[in-house]
Amino acid sequence: MSLVLNEEQVMLKDSARDFLQSRAPVSHLRELRDSGSTEGFSRELWSEMADMGWPAILVPEQHGGLEYGYTGMGILLEESGRTLTPSPLLSTALICTAAIVKAGSDNQCETILPAVAAGEHLLALACDESSQHAPACTATDAVKDGDVFRLNGRKTSVVDGHFADTFIVSARTNKGISLFLVPSSAKGIQVEAYPVLDTHFAANVQFDQVELGEKDLLGPLDGGQSILDYILDVGCVGVSAELLGLAQEAFERTIEYLKERKQFGVPIGSFQALQHRAAHLFGEIEMCKSLVIKALSTLDESTDSDAELVSLTKAKLSETAHLAATEAIQMHGGIGMTDEFDIGFFLKRCQILESLFGDNYFHFDRFARQRGY
Amino acid sequence: MTQSDSFRQEVRDWLEINCPESMRRPYRNETEACWGGRNCVFYSEDQKNWLERMVSKGWTVPTWPKEYGGAGLDREQAKILKEELRRINARPPLESFGISMLGPPLLKYGTEAQKQQHLPRIARGEIRWAQGYSEPNAGSDLASLQMRADDMGDHFIVNGSKVWTSYGDLADWMFCLVRTDFEAPKHKGISFVMFDMTNEGVSTRPIKLISGKSPFTETFLENTRVEKDQVIGEINDGWTIAKYLLSHEREMIAGSGISASGTLPVSQSAIKALGTENGILSNTMLRTDIARFEIDERCLELTIERARDEVKAGVSLGAAASMFKYYGTELNMRRYELLMSIGGHDALVWEGGHSRDGYMPKMWLRTKGNSIEGGTSEIQLNIVAKRILGLPG
Repeated sequence: MSLVLNEEQVMLKDSARDFLQSRAPVSHLRELRDSGSTEGFSRELWSEMADMGWPAILVPEQHGGLEYGYTGMGILLEESGRTLTPSPLLSTALICTAAIVKAGSDNQCETILPAVAAGEHLLALACDESSQHAPACTATDAVKDGDVFRLNGRKTSVVDGHFADTFIVSARTNKGISLFLVPSSAKGIQVEAYPVLDTHFAANVQFDQVELGEKDLLGPLDGGQSILDYILDVGCVGVSAELLGLAQEAFERTIEYLKERKQFGVPIGSFQALQHRAAHLFGEIEMCKSLVIKALSTLDESTDSDAELVSLTKAKLSETAHLAATEAIQMHGGIGMTDEFDIGFFLKRCQILESLFGDNYFHFDRFARQRGY
Repeated sequence: MTQSDSFRQEVRDWLEINCPESMRRPYRNETEACWGGRNCVFYSEDQKNWLERMVSKGWTVPTWPKEYGGAGLDREQAKILKEELRRINARPPLESFGISMLGPPLLKYGTEAQKQQHLPRIARGEIRWAQGYSEPNAGSDLASLQMRADDMGDHFIVNGSKVWTSYGDLADWMFCLVRTDFEAPKHKGISFVMFDMTNEGVSTRPIKLISGKSPFTETFLENTRVEKDQVIGEINDGWTIAKYLLSHEREMIAGSGISASGTLPVSQSAIKALGTENGILSNTMLRTDIARFEIDERCLELTIERARDEVKAGVSLGAAASMFKYYGTELNMRRYELLMSIGGHDALVWEGGHSRDGYMPKMWLRTKGNSIEGGTSEIQLNIVAKRILGLPG
């Protein structure tokens, strides 16, 4: 395994960067916010992404996809972290697609994946139930009643939950956890959307006596926990890739500012107090690059996820991106505190991504447990 | 089977037969490390055999050309060899500043005669080298060094003193920075020379550290003769060589951030000393810091690996050695801070058998020098800020 991108991957990265920088730079996010968008993303942009095959990256060729792997998806997420571009890439194209590819029945794959690849079907993972990420504590249940399951419970902080066509829902069944594919149009579902601090939207989703069949099971009955663990790991790596792009962009903008901004008649970047902090941050970001590429290629090369590697990656990326975003504001000084200037958007998005699928403390704990302490 | 796979198998088979069992265990104390040199005394037959066998394969310096005592391995093969050595926890057969510091500039800038004279003897561990860089008044501002070399035609006569010479009292030869032009700007009047430390006028004096140990000496030169054919590169262009060597030295020091093969991970030491409750380390505050440390340890390891892969792929991280030096030494210092906390009162014992003669507090104190030697952390951050980030001033 080499920890550098190959030529083809570099080309994907370059073209993704070109597209995002020209079509959906940070000003795109600002426009969405200022125009009062209630979806928090642009469907028009998503269809352009679909034309380029982005939602098809993880989809197997037989279902109309590109089968290009996690590293390819990570590249797109990293680049959209640079531009803070809201899109269904993370939830639909990465996490939920990975779940269906891994555990879906032939029928589920045939019905959903081609539509996903075409950008016409959107998904959301509904697993959290409280203010803390605790995937091992699921209270939502699906009770067998004759031929059907009746799903009851409340899921919170469902990313993209306000526009998803289908939810992947974790629920307690007779002897364990099961995953279900639940159409958002099903009877008994109430979606309550709300904006979060980075101008994206999330939703709380209430399930009341939602009727499901065997065919809606994603993976085996009572065997959902390991699939859930896997896709949460996939999600963590995806979030880490996005955090990497975000950290790099915030850092590079800050370095440029240090070179331009003059006080006391000299660029503030000539002050050692700032140089040392910038140099330290540079090192931390270099460490993060190694983690992300290692975590992505490890997903590509094995069928299971490496929990220790995933948790250390998510923890380190969360901390480093947070440092990059907060240092960015401090080093920009007063202007960094203004809404008019873009740098504050990086901190907002960062805070969301950090808490998604477990913050640094969650992953320190998980990392330590994996290592036997 | 790919070419790499078959090479790996070949290495594995050879090591299985040739690496003695006792060389697959962590050092019991630092005197068990083999540094070679004229006065080398092997503490066991296994240690001697291990060195000789590795020398015969050219694997003390695997990437050096065969004619200079290496094995001519490419980077991929060298990586495999390293991995296989690590897999069986093999000790390095030879610790050597000749290999880690002098070798690279000698290969790049040395004359054919210099290479033939020095490289094979470095590879075989026959000559132990010392570094003559810092002076009492030239520390972070290394280029202001004042050791004086007067041109006598075919040789120089050198006078002055060096400080922080690692194991200066045990070394056979020294590579050294001297001033050969006293009028030129400070970076332009330095030459890089080599001499035998048994030459007349060379003396050393140990420096006792806060750890109670003396791994460094002061080194004095009084009218010492240095031949002109022992200058690497051009006269007065020694700074070029010095910087090139420093980047290798810093990479070597960075490696200290990764726990050496065979040593217990910090978390395992903590489990042994403190115990667990329900599978969780008893001291939960310390647990978080240990997790943070072990995460950073892995980060450094992967980033060194990535840097090697990037060199292979032809993209280079540039002044990365400074970043690695900074990161690696800060990490090693954190390691010993944690080990001191884990050790508690036991880690305060200075002498006596059960404390391995104060191994822990002495190592902890020694690590305080990590962020000073080879260029301080602050100097490394300056270099990153200016050369990589392009910040002004």
